[in-house]
Amino acid sequence: MTVRHRQRFAWLRRLAAQQGSAPILPKQSISGRALVGVVAIMTFLVALTTGAVLLVRAAANQWRADLAREVTIQVRPLEGGDIDAAVERAAALARESPGIAEVRPLSKEESARLLEPWFGAGARLDDLPIPRLIVVKLAPGAAPDLAQLRKSLSEQVAGASLDDHRAWIDRIAVVAGFAIAGGALALALMLAATVLSVMFATRGAMAINRPTVEVLHFSGATDGFIAGEFQRHFLLLGLKGGVIGGGAAMALFVLLSLALDGKFGGATRDQLGLLFGHHTIGPLGYAAIVTEVALLALVTAATSRYTVNRTLQTIE
Amino acid sequence: MVRFENVGLRYGLGPEVLRDLTFRIEPHSFQFLTGPSGAGKTSLLRLMFMSLKPTRGLISLFEQEVGSLDKNALAMLRRRIGIVFQDFRLLDHLTTYENVALPLRVRGLDEASYRSEVMELLEWVGLGDRIDALPPVLSGGEKQRAAIARAVIGRPQLLLADEPTGNVDPAMAERLLRLFIELYKSGTSVVIATHDIALMNQYNARRLVLHEGRLHNYE
Repeated sequence: MTVRHRQRFAWLRRLAAQQGSAPILPKQSISGRALVGVVAIMTFLVALTTGAVLLVRAAANQWRADLAREVTIQVRPLEGGDIDAAVERAAALARESPGIAEVRPLSKEESARLLEPWFGAGARLDDLPIPRLIVVKLAPGAAPDLAQLRKSLSEQVAGASLDDHRAWIDRIAVVAGFAIAGGALALALMLAATVLSVMFATRGAMAINRPTVEVLHFSGATDGFIAGEFQRHFLLLGLKGGVIGGGAAMALFVLLSLALDGKFGGATRDQLGLLFGHHTIGPLGYAAIVTEVALLALVTAATSRYTVNRTLQTIE
Repeated sequence: MVRFENVGLRYGLGPEVLRDLTFRIEPHSFQFLTGPSGAGKTSLLRLMFMSLKPTRGLISLFEQEVGSLDKNALAMLRRRIGIVFQDFRLLDHLTTYENVALPLRVRGLDEASYRSEVMELLEWVGLGDRIDALPPVLSGGEKQRAAIARAVIGRPQLLLADEPTGNVDPAMAERLLRLFIELYKSGTSVVIATHDIALMNQYNARRLVLHEGRLHNYE
């Protein structure tokens, strides 16, 4: 901007000064654009990570709920035993247990179909000792006594065992836990990187504005006033970067949820569904992103204030 | 108002540039500080303004011993002092008006409360038509007048000016001297560092002469 240009708009700036917002620190002297870029990228990544963590959590909860609604009784064929009778007895025991919604023994054919991928269609399985499965659906909201059922099965039906999928649920919990912890670690690192970038930017800005700071000092400005000027400047930069980064992330999540709704065609929906699961980050997720934008802007402002105060202490 | 006792100043490990300074600036007084170039006039002004610390001796300002004050207290004391630097030190990104109003702004005053006062002073120093100009387009004399206006806008009790008439023609120099005398008459203590004999001859006042690091007093 040329001197003449700046002069032309001086009346406008004076008008702004009446609202107390004309900057004492020259805007161009602070590497504003670079910092807005850094904050925008950081906010984008923070929002993306938050969204990813929320999606993983929602998917894990969904899988866990699906798994927990069902248990399986397995009846192994024993030498000389009548497997059909054993299946019948095990199914009867399950039906007698409280909190069970449905008990459905898989027929021989169904068991064979489960093995089709390994043995191919039309394999003769009659001669093989194939275990039989009984699918037990739990009543929603009920608390079935699975320990008791397991005990009765092992006591009364030879070769029967109960699989409550606990191993799978535990594994999903561990995986989801790792994903969430990883996300939290990434968030902490991004926040630290933002703080460091702002510190460098503030130090640079102070070095460039040293003459201005000196003039402010001999005009009777307190360190608090000077720090406040820097803080205001950096808060604006932080907000600008945050809105750009957070806005971009939100736009991405909106696009994703539109795609999962099938707005861009079924194929896209199926591919994305495979990748992300059929979940969206929801209002809570968007609220989290808005909070993060505000948080990053505040962190930017507070960091610059802290840095200015620290630096001023070393200046006589 | 200002009291120096056995004050000495050296830069780094060099020789003492100011030696055994003992003097007072009384309230409501007017004095010239003079001496050849390099005699230490600017250093002495900076000591009085607390932007330098003495290597020895005691300095009191407004009955407070400067060495014992924290930074906030120094800022409060500086609000009672106006200073005109030889190199003006105007902020290039602020207009003349904003530069002059700066001391009032850093005190947290509302612009409405000082606007007319600033405009009036700018008129008085002949910058009424330059209020929206930025320092890079001002002439040397205009910058000097803006710097003086900034130093006096806060109605300081003590005014320190370093060669305040160095860049203006004799007529403007006389006008500025009259401004300083007006301030003195209204109660401000004024210290003008200059080696302009013609200027000093225009007004009969105490002369503090720095020579080889020592101060000689001519009442």
